[in-house]
Amino acid sequence: MNIVRPQTLRFIPSDSEVTKIQTQASIRIGEKADGLELKALPIKMAAEELSVFYGKFQALRDISLDVPEKKITALIGPSGCGKSTLLRSFNRMNDLVQGSRIEGQVLLNGKNIYDPDVDVVDIRQQIGMVFQRPNPFPMSVFDNVAYGPRLYGIRKRSFLEEIVECSLRQAAVWDDVEGKLDQSGLELSGGQQQRLCIARAIAVEPAVILMDEPASALDPISTLKIEELMETLKEDYTIVIVTHNMQQAARVSDFTAFLMIDENRAGTLVEYGATDQIFTNPKTEQTEAYVTGRFG
Amino acid sequence: MPRQTLDREIHHLQDEVLLLGSMVEQALLNTIDALKRRDLVASRRVYNEDDLINEKRYAIENRVLILFATQQPIAHDLRLLAAILEVITELERMGDYAKGIAKINLLIGQDDTAIPIREISRMGDLAVGMLHRALSAFIAEDVSMAYRIPREDDQVDELYNQVYRKMVAAMIADPDIIDHANYMMWVVHNIERTADRVTNICERTIFIATGELLEIDGSDDEWDDGEEA
Repeated sequence: MNIVRPQTLRFIPSDSEVTKIQTQASIRIGEKADGLELKALPIKMAAEELSVFYGKFQALRDISLDVPEKKITALIGPSGCGKSTLLRSFNRMNDLVQGSRIEGQVLLNGKNIYDPDVDVVDIRQQIGMVFQRPNPFPMSVFDNVAYGPRLYGIRKRSFLEEIVECSLRQAAVWDDVEGKLDQSGLELSGGQQQRLCIARAIAVEPAVILMDEPASALDPISTLKIEELMETLKEDYTIVIVTHNMQQAARVSDFTAFLMIDENRAGTLVEYGATDQIFTNPKTEQTEAYVTGRFG
Repeated sequence: MPRQTLDREIHHLQDEVLLLGSMVEQALLNTIDALKRRDLVASRRVYNEDDLINEKRYAIENRVLILFATQQPIAHDLRLLAAILEVITELERMGDYAKGIAKINLLIGQDDTAIPIREISRMGDLAVGMLHRALSAFIAEDVSMAYRIPREDDQVDELYNQVYRKMVAAMIADPDIIDHANYMMWVVHNIERTADRVTNICERTIFIATGELLEIDGSDDEWDDGEEA
């Protein structure tokens, strides 16, 4: 039996009405969130079709990644995906590993840092690094921070004092160490030591700071302090951070790159985008599985 | 001081909620004013500008969800952000009520049948006043104010009943104005529902401050409205 429904009792909107509804105010989650668009930003560093080999083993395959200036870019991915290798290739730390070689390029301000005419010491002045374990030198707080500037030829005491105080303040550790500058850096707490190491890194006025799991050896409060510090540092520096802690990447970074190993166990870049988008609406299934903790 | 980023984001979102609230308040005042002055251009503007309210609501919702995903808010932060999601839904719906009133003014068009504008204006002022203070209480997490405001809803209901009786009497006297009287019933219904939804905002204020999910007595059941004991 056919039931005739009068038009006026039709509660389901027609297709054209649905279209009309959908074309009103709309926004896709994660996008337009804070207007961060990679394409619109100045690029400080970039990997271009970068592959890294340790002997016969290929650790990274064809990574192309733009690092925007004065933003925080996080590299995330499961253990062994090559994120630390990628970070180290950004200031030629891999040069120290016997049998390592690269293909492709790593650009700083558009210049390939692996070009033969490039001085590695100069590169490491421009691209500083902070490591997982706080590693102050076994010397005073002052000498830790003054170490780099002295290496680059600064001798005048008053100038060094100025650099040391300024760096310690920027690293949000001045209040902890003021009056103890002659004390050994090793006598500080873990969180203070790590901020001292950050002060040491910024004392030579780098353009880029690479951070390899900078908070994974610290307690939760010290961790949050480091994260807040990164937020203020990005006003002056471009930061790239490797972290196992996905929530940390979510909290601190503007952009997130997700790496995974491919079938040949080489690290590849799966997805790269604004952090807000990666953690609310990732484009690939692998990223979705990783950020929701369902894989890796 | 850790968590400055989250604190900053939350303050920003509170500002955005207040901004959305003021957009809704303005829409309600404008739509009633347009009805009073029978200004169809002004009603058309309110009708169209509802899109801006919807956009603002989506933008806030987006920001809250991103904070859930990236900042892992806990405890008070979590309650506050969850409450913001509820409150912006209420505000957006109030915006729809303002839009509905604008539509009625457009539907009436040039018809010059009398409008119970005194009651409507008074109801609008009461509802907008309640809304304004409810949002202040929401930001200040002022629990006692959140408990007090919903009581004012009785005045709105009383005016609603007055218009209801007036319109029923008018319809009986002159069946030709049934359409018009019906439109007026929708106008006061929309304002009355706006005031009811203020109560929901107050409930969320209590939730943020105390963690208690509760219903403040009386006014939220649509089908109880207008009934006199």
